[in-house]
Amino acid sequence: MSNPFGMPWLLPTPVNFKARAKALASTASPDEAEARRLAAFALDLSQLDTLGKVVRKQREFFVAEAGFAPIKLGIVASHTMDYLAAALPGTGLRHSLVVDVVLAGYGQAAQQLLDSGSDFATQGLDCVLLTFDYRALGLSSIRLKKDEADEAVSAAINHVSSMAAGVRDIIKSTCILQTLAPPSDPVFGGLDARTQGSPRAMIERFNARLLQEVARENDLVVDVAFLASKVGLDSWNDARGWHKAKLPASLESTPLYADHICRLLAAARGKVRKCLVLDLDNTLWGGVIGDDGLDGIALGQNSAVGEAHVALQRFLLDLRRRGVILAVCSKNEEATARIPFRDHPEMVLKEDHIAVFIANWSDKANNLREIAATLNIGTDSLVFLDDNPVEREQVRQVLPEVAVPELTEDPADYISLLANAGYFEAIGLSEEDLVRADFYQANAERISLQKVGNLEEYLRSLQMVATISAFSAVGRVRIAQLINKSNQFNLTTRRYSESEVEAFENDPLKLCLQVRLADHFGDNGMISVIIFDKAPDEWSCDTWLMSCRVLGRRVEELVLATVAEAARSAGATRLKGTYIPTKKNGLVVEHFARLGFTKAGDLRDGGTTWVLDLADYVTPELPMQIIHANDSGSMSDAA
Amino acid sequence: MSREENAERLSKVMREIFDVDDLEYRDSLKADDVEGWDSLSHVHFLIAVEKEFGFRFTSGEIDGFKNVGEVLDVIVRRATR
Repeated sequence: MSNPFGMPWLLPTPVNFKARAKALASTASPDEAEARRLAAFALDLSQLDTLGKVVRKQREFFVAEAGFAPIKLGIVASHTMDYLAAALPGTGLRHSLVVDVVLAGYGQAAQQLLDSGSDFATQGLDCVLLTFDYRALGLSSIRLKKDEADEAVSAAINHVSSMAAGVRDIIKSTCILQTLAPPSDPVFGGLDARTQGSPRAMIERFNARLLQEVARENDLVVDVAFLASKVGLDSWNDARGWHKAKLPASLESTPLYADHICRLLAAARGKVRKCLVLDLDNTLWGGVIGDDGLDGIALGQNSAVGEAHVALQRFLLDLRRRGVILAVCSKNEEATARIPFRDHPEMVLKEDHIAVFIANWSDKANNLREIAATLNIGTDSLVFLDDNPVEREQVRQVLPEVAVPELTEDPADYISLLANAGYFEAIGLSEEDLVRADFYQANAERISLQKVGNLEEYLRSLQMVATISAFSAVGRVRIAQLINKSNQFNLTTRRYSESEVEAFENDPLKLCLQVRLADHFGDNGMISVIIFDKAPDEWSCDTWLMSCRVLGRRVEELVLATVAEAARSAGATRLKGTYIPTKKNGLVVEHFARLGFTKAGDLRDGGTTWVLDLADYVTPELPMQIIHANDSGSMSDAA
Repeated sequence: MSREENAERLSKVMREIFDVDDLEYRDSLKADDVEGWDSLSHVHFLIAVEKEFGFRFTSGEIDGFKNVGEVLDVIVRRATR
């Protein structure tokens, strides 16, 4: 069952969180990246408290060196707000804020706000949150006499209004107002909605009047009514907590509530996300355009998956209309990646909507840097949406300042995760917002990249285990599938049937290899198939294909090392490679060159042949554990 | 699950909430004995116990606790996990 207070767009907190937080609190040279990583977990109250201690210890670092925005927040409440106060500094880190909280004395709102000499008023507060419980505002009992309900609502409004005036005029800070969550328990039932004096109806009217009559343009509003209804009123409201400790809502709501407040504070401080960077395959559409083709991808067409992707695109277009810049970052051939934008009838997003379009095979963190540089914004203004957990993890490791929402495997969840993470919280809508995306579009230009970050380190961190073995009966179906399906990373695109594959298994003149790759995210299954023809002196590559999922993981080098060793020990002196071009395999045109082969000749139709002298070949050190499993019985395939 | 096993789980929750690494369980332990245990962390503690053991204290139980042993008594009676 999902947790109604959960924040599923954040990563679950790892078990070593507390140790990491304590290390960060006590170090003399704090690491901003580590702080951002810790804050990006779905922390509970106790963990937020721990992180809050880090903020107190390293306050100077965060403000002076990391450039987090300091903000001093006063809280005036009719009830217990200590838990919120404890959760805010830790939550603030998630939003690049250093939050200092000052709680006004319990039940002393008027004295503290309306007296310019009060302890509270003289703290130099940037913002003051006014939070009153409906029970303290006289809206908890039914009012059935004529005009009684109106009077009760007006009294509540007048109270909040005068407190707000105190914040603005006497304390001279930004005023933060809240709507009220309605109680969960009806007096009549359905009739409460139609009875002016029911608590529910009075609270609804209070909320409407708060927004219309009390809230001024420069005030901020936390829409608690909406938040509570999202969580569910029965979960949000907590009678026992109210009776025991005057908790206005369930204690478990605190991290989520604190996050909503910090989003607002961050927006007010200009710490906002500006650009949403989108992956393409299995994010904007279902399937892989390079493999499945224009007709094969899932987009619209009344399939649940296709419609989910169309709905996501509509939502993204709405974000763009309100000023969020859209960019694309995809591992693809650029020409292939653009095909759906141009030719798919159900594409909602067009190339015109994308400010920067990067499709290449470089690592995504570098591409994100390039997108930010092209738009002339910081990488801390980026949100990165990608269905692939490996890509998400790479970006989180290298660029922890980029917001990377966790996604489920169901594209129907994408909108909800993106929308509720609150990356694009705003405090108002300006004329500039409406034209911003177009503005950036005009300035942006496409660029290609070759830079590599600390990729080696990243690859090591994946804890890859490659299992390489001869063809086997157990792997046969999957081998034939790959041989007949792979288009992009496929040197010769030769298709063989299952029975042909079976014949290869026992052919002494062929070296047939299958490769599986697992990493700490799970098993990728079988990802590469290789067939070499053995002659006494020269082994020649008949088939070499690989899943694009594992591109850039150095699996190709592992394959070459394995083949080279086998060839050497059989007495061969060189390897021969052949590249046969198709419409889809432009990706591997330089494959043999990259592996150190020398070009030997040209074939008809643009093909090339390559040679590697085994005397010159040096086996590289690879960032993975390698298992040579020649026992065919161990090759089960989960993919 | 035995009382001892539940006591160990309970101390784990207390170490976490009160931020005391070397806290040792005993029935007579009470708020005055633990530095980080005040009225605020007390509520937080009870809710963390509910989460760990899968049940909800009644208001009456909450009002009645005099020491950790009494909390453990309720846990032993009502824990669902």
